[in-house]
Amino acid sequence: MAIEVRIPTILRSYTGGEKVVQGSGDTVRDLLTDLDTRYSGLRARLITEDGALHRFVNVYVNDEDVRFLGALDAKLTDGDTVTILPAVAGGAR
Amino acid sequence: MARYESLLDACGGTPLVGLPRLSPEVPADAPPVRLWAKLEDRNPTGSVKDRAALYMVREAERSGRLRPGATILEPTSGNTGIALAMVAKLRGYRMVCVMPENVSAERVQLLRMYGAEIIFSPAAGGSNQAVATAKQISAEHPDWVMLYQYGNQANARAHYETTGPELLQDLPTITHFVAGLGTTGTLMGVGRYLREKVDGIEIIAAEPRYGELVYGLRNIDEGYVPELYDAGVLTRRFSVGTRDAVLRTRQLLEVEGIFAGFSTGAALHAALAVAHQAIREGRRADVVFLVADGGWKYLSTGAYSGTLAEAEQALEGQLWA
Repeated sequence: MAIEVRIPTILRSYTGGEKVVQGSGDTVRDLLTDLDTRYSGLRARLITEDGALHRFVNVYVNDEDVRFLGALDAKLTDGDTVTILPAVAGGAR
Repeated sequence: MARYESLLDACGGTPLVGLPRLSPEVPADAPPVRLWAKLEDRNPTGSVKDRAALYMVREAERSGRLRPGATILEPTSGNTGIALAMVAKLRGYRMVCVMPENVSAERVQLLRMYGAEIIFSPAAGGSNQAVATAKQISAEHPDWVMLYQYGNQANARAHYETTGPELLQDLPTITHFVAGLGTTGTLMGVGRYLREKVDGIEIIAAEPRYGELVYGLRNIDEGYVPELYDAGVLTRRFSVGTRDAVLRTRQLLEVEGIFAGFSTGAALHAALAVAHQAIREGRRADVVFLVADGGWKYLSTGAYSGTLAEAEQALEGQLWA
């Protein structure tokens, strides 16, 4: 199952500079495990020691925040796009 | 009511307008799905931020933090600074804004016209850097008052006590509320109010997704989540890219005649997504999205004309919402 994953600038050291990588998995958790087999260390930057998504990391499936879709258990289907972004302060506030 | 004792008293009470042409068509016999726009550009300085600015200043006056002639310091790249500068002028305070150097020219001009002083922070650090710089300056000037919109409960309370009740009064059948996510004050305040009053209400955040430069952090641990933010108030959160936000901003003007800033386009994009979902599920929906400001301050970006690709290029590296 092919999932397109967009990697933010600050994590591209783990993907050899690649902006977009392919992965697979039925859930976000599975996907991150799969990615870690090829991009070692990436998973540990996104998931804390107690197994939750890092507070300053946002993960979106087809532009929707996974924290409202079951977090790491959010379901994935073929053709989904997953975007990983660091949390930043708002824009023109 | 159309007469007020001063400009400060004219804050809030903004129109809620239906969007019959932009609301998606529903199949025959299906329940109605309607879009509504809350026109927050109709506030004294032209943005939703007047509500928060007024509440934060009044709260600081009430608590004794803010005394006559005091200096207000705030990390802001635009609307909050303009709103605070106006309130500061009328209430007799000095205003100092800390903002990233890559914001639009109009905002800088407006702030200076309102009498605010500006301290620029490096563009590469985005708003995170502006917040950090402001905190540093605040430590060096303990007598200056940082109202700090990202963590000030009066920001959210402004919306709990005014925006939320206005929406429910004007549209008791509201099913969805959509707004841009920045300090999170609007969504937290309106969200809490509507959750108390309306069964099954959906509170939806539209978060602007900028070009890569804006995310130029050194590492994940330097990220930032506003202190006001409580994910439990939201039901969904969408990330909206520059292209979609520009497309919807133009569509809103083209189809309904509303000239808004790009954060409104992001909110509309999310509003249309939930409206179409309601149609697929055969549910009735009254979807309100918030027009945070008008488009005037963003004209110099050039993003209102040309192709979408050109607009995206023009906004690359800019904080467009």
